[in-house]
Amino acid sequence: MTTLLNVEELVKNFGGLTAVSDVNMHLNDDELVALIGPNGAGKTTLFNLLTGVIGPSSGSITFRGTDGTISLNGMKAYKIANLGMARTFQNIRLFKELSVLDNVLIAMTAHYKEGFFQSVFRLPKFYKTESQIRKEAIELLKIFDLQNDLDKLAKNLPYGIQRRLEIVRGLAMKPKVLFLDEPAAGMNPEETADLTRLIRQVQRDFHITVLLIEHDMSLVMNLASRIYVLDHGSLLAEGTPTEIQQNKAVIKAYLGEEA
Amino acid sequence: MILKANWKYNLCWLILMVAGFYLMNTLILVGVINSFLENMMVTIGINIILAVGLNLVIGFAGQFSLGHAGFMAVGAYATAIIISKTPTAGAFYGSIIVGVIVAIVAALVVGIPTLRLRGDYLAIATMGAAEIIRIIINNLKITNGPSGMFNIPQFATWPVIYIMACVTTLIIVNFIHSRGGRAALAVREDEIAADSMGINVFKWKLAAFVLGAATAAVAGSMQASYLQTIAPSNFNIMESIAILIIVVLGGVGSITGSFVAAGILGVVDAALQSFGALRMVIYALVLILIMIFKPSGIMGATELSFKRLFNRKNKKQESGC
Repeated sequence: MTTLLNVEELVKNFGGLTAVSDVNMHLNDDELVALIGPNGAGKTTLFNLLTGVIGPSSGSITFRGTDGTISLNGMKAYKIANLGMARTFQNIRLFKELSVLDNVLIAMTAHYKEGFFQSVFRLPKFYKTESQIRKEAIELLKIFDLQNDLDKLAKNLPYGIQRRLEIVRGLAMKPKVLFLDEPAAGMNPEETADLTRLIRQVQRDFHITVLLIEHDMSLVMNLASRIYVLDHGSLLAEGTPTEIQQNKAVIKAYLGEEA
Repeated sequence: MILKANWKYNLCWLILMVAGFYLMNTLILVGVINSFLENMMVTIGINIILAVGLNLVIGFAGQFSLGHAGFMAVGAYATAIIISKTPTAGAFYGSIIVGVIVAIVAALVVGIPTLRLRGDYLAIATMGAAEIIRIIINNLKITNGPSGMFNIPQFATWPVIYIMACVTTLIIVNFIHSRGGRAALAVREDEIAADSMGINVFKWKLAAFVLGAATAAVAGSMQASYLQTIAPSNFNIMESIAILIIVVLGGVGSITGSFVAAGILGVVDAALQSFGALRMVIYALVLILIMIFKPSGIMGATELSFKRLFNRKNKKQESGC
């Protein structure tokens, strides 16, 4: 197991507020890691830093790419995404007015080339690449049981399916790391159990690293091999699920001090 | 696989275009379409080119541009200057290409700084850019300043304009239904999500903007050579707004809508010629009524699709059996 993503002394200030302070963490190949913490602990801010939506105030983020280790500091979000980092959003951000299939095809944009003249004049090559990526997208949708909804608009899907489509869209980018921001938010226990199974299957079958933010402890304890706990912007604890469950500081952060 | 599945629809569109051409040709030969109606048809054709191009920018890439007339002026003056000096058909077609290239360069110069803005700010910035283009033309010697250019040779007859409208529409529709078009749609839907999907948001915004500008230049070339006279005042802010009205009326995000709206407004405009000043009042009234009763435009975001028509027919047959 080698380190894929390494974060060192990461700090993010918003004016006088330190949202993330001195965070050190790493993600290895092919593992499932959870990031937990009370509301406002800075989990989503940390996600946004890792995916380049916002830049860090100080510290470093490095990623082991195909040609050596690269620093992600100051890199644009779309470039980071194309290195192999996909994400979902806490408040679903699908392309709502577009079809399920288009949502997935858009995520594949960086993975194929189509010349301007090829597509505008509909040269044979265009049809060839187009049918190829369509086939790939449909195969991916089949795994998630969405193959019958290809032409439905994303906004018309039920909530749970929208969350699922967001994961498919992330996987269509052929990522090395998949960041899931509260994938079980707003789901009932049955749907959560379904999702737990799905995330484990995705992680195993696609051999990717998954980092997930989640409040649902049953999901976290079931899935994660390692857990990071964030509180008030700084790392409170790191360890296996059992270690975290017994950690005094974590219990204090969540439940308050014993009287 | 898709090639085989799509030839039927592609053939339908081709038949529609050729049939439309021969229908108009016959009507002109028979004398049903007189020169007044032909003039109306040509205006509709030019407006279709303009509206489809602007719809790409506003409706599909989601960038609210008000500078379309500026790029139209670039094409119009390129054609006017070139064919006034060398009045040959070859020079006319060459001048269209020159106009398109100059418009692309202008769109890059305008787009690179302004497309970082959003919504109203982008509208104001592009409007300003179009005014700058107009004022430059107003003050140049080669464009004959504010009095404009006269006696431009007429190469853009109605068949040329008909074909150009078909070609530019095909290019834009094909662009929308390809990798680039999908990326532009993603940018319209959600910039942050598109960014995290590995889509270079700025690049695709710019691509749609430049393609829209290039088609506006084609429309400008057509107008200059058909009307044979142009002046900088033809390309002021009111012209940009007139194109915007067609797009909004037809439905933002519907190419079919732009066709329908360009047609309706062309007919209404021609029918009200004799009303003089009252014409603008009726024109405005029509717009207000449509905006009240159908705010998403005549077509909303739906398109005429042979694929859907065929599918519906097949379903009916299946249920009938």
